[in-house]
Amino acid sequence: MSDTAPRPRRTALPYVLLVPAIAALLVALGYPLLRQVVLSFQDFGLAQQFGRPPEWIGLDNYRELVTDPYLWRVTLRSLVFCLVNAVATMAVGVGLALLMRHMARSVRILLQTGLLLAWAMPVVASLTVWEWLFDTQYGVINYLLTQMGFDFEGHSWLLRPLSFFFVATVIVVWMSVPFVAFTVYAALTQVPEDLLEAAEIDGASAWSRLRHIILPSVRPVLLVVGLLQIIWDLRVFSQIYILQKAGGSTHDTNLLGTYIYRLGIGGGEFGMAAAVAMFMLVLTVVLTSPYVRAMLKQEGEA
Amino acid sequence: MPRPARRSLRVTANVLGVLAFLVAVFPVYWMVNSSFLARNEIRNPVPTWVPFGGSLDNYRTVFETDQFVNALKMSLMVTLLTVFVALLFAFVASVAVSRFRFRGRMSFIVVLLVIQMIPVEGLFISQYKMLEAMDLLNTVIGLSLVYVAQVLPFTIWTLRGFVTGVPYELEEAAMIDGCSRVQAFFRVTFPLLAPGLVATGVFGFIQAWNEFTLALVVMTREDHRTLPLWLTTFTDVNRGTDWGGIMAGSTLIAIPVIVFFLIVQGRMVSGLTSGAVKG
Repeated sequence: MSDTAPRPRRTALPYVLLVPAIAALLVALGYPLLRQVVLSFQDFGLAQQFGRPPEWIGLDNYRELVTDPYLWRVTLRSLVFCLVNAVATMAVGVGLALLMRHMARSVRILLQTGLLLAWAMPVVASLTVWEWLFDTQYGVINYLLTQMGFDFEGHSWLLRPLSFFFVATVIVVWMSVPFVAFTVYAALTQVPEDLLEAAEIDGASAWSRLRHIILPSVRPVLLVVGLLQIIWDLRVFSQIYILQKAGGSTHDTNLLGTYIYRLGIGGGEFGMAAAVAMFMLVLTVVLTSPYVRAMLKQEGEA
Repeated sequence: MPRPARRSLRVTANVLGVLAFLVAVFPVYWMVNSSFLARNEIRNPVPTWVPFGGSLDNYRTVFETDQFVNALKMSLMVTLLTVFVALLFAFVASVAVSRFRFRGRMSFIVVLLVIQMIPVEGLFISQYKMLEAMDLLNTVIGLSLVYVAQVLPFTIWTLRGFVTGVPYELEEAAMIDGCSRVQAFFRVTFPLLAPGLVATGVFGFIQAWNEFTLALVVMTREDHRTLPLWLTTFTDVNRGTDWGGIMAGSTLIAIPVIVFFLIVQGRMVSGLTSGAVKG
């Protein structure tokens, strides 16, 4: 505590120092948020885009959305996609982190180097490479599967929605696992070694050591990392958008992000798009509150 | 001790570790490999695994398209402007948060955490409308403005950790030796912050360089595309005909990021979950 609050003297200096940051955030995020709330209560379509004044229509946008089965389908799809991806990422990431403790040093370093490379790849570059890997005609994945005796020659992976989401999941998990594996592994190295040895001498099996010592001691990290995955997987825009451009029906593969984009920027229905965006914001804030609480708790302990 | 069980666990871990390594690294390898291959090798039912006899032709093709060079310039301008402004603003803000106690400090921290989690898609409609009204669509300033807001929270959060890490006693000692408070800060603390500024600056660079969604929304004109936008359009045009060129483009975009990322990676991990690790 000694390094903060050097002197309890009252001064305006800290507020002055915060002005640029707060101003930037207010202009680029605060004002748009306000504007979006207003927009979501207005009839703002293409006519308004060309100069007609927007009309106040109260909750009509929201009413229309709530009764639109398509929004519910997109929402449900987004939630399922988000949960499947978050669970898969956590399972693979935590699994790898646990295995890293038992690997030979050289293998562990090899794996960490590989994960680091995958992690470092820009999203757009990763998607482009995966598109090429899954390419219908000359893609390596079709080639390998055909070699293994399955008939995948000329198979189009993005055509059917389910297969489309499978590809998207593979890519998202591939991109997200490194962060989980590294963070969880870092936490695992903090588990007291003597405690584990004592348990082993007392005859605890590997499984019960995992359940009763290892997992409880990394629980806070698992919670934060898991929550971050859920929040991040709810907002997979570029992944879906770029895969949609590569093929597949937009209507059947839209998630919340791409739906907002196509409604607003694509279709000019700004009022409606704003209402969906508000819905997504509220959803995120609800999901975020436990994360913020966890971070603040550390802040208090630090 | 149950030796055999331990041994088999070790063997399984090693095998799975090597497998996971292959899955992690293969796409990166395949990108670089394909970028060296000629068209007839790319369009061959049997893949070429190692680019023996490869050439730099694909890279030449990419550089010969004006759009790539144009997008490179665009990306550099937007990225550098974003990093410069974000670092400056975040630096002064992080000093305020970590060297002072004042009313509203905690609320500011909470706000930072919350906006870090706001999805871009949640606001891009109204950001688009705002920039349109300000006549800033398709401008470096417009895109940088939304990028600054995007990277500021994390930058402040991380820099705050670095500033707090420099003990205030050092400054006090300098003040006893006759420095003013401001002098003490700039002579003692500031030099010790250099690694932190570099790390957070690099982080901002990576963020802005890779960003796709906001660029798509703000830069609607063809001649204002940043590199990620250029790559997706280039892919759309050449899919099925020139995967080699596409992979050369991807490699060119990825290289600076991979290099930078390897430099700062350790700090980024600790920035996101600092404290949580210590349990």
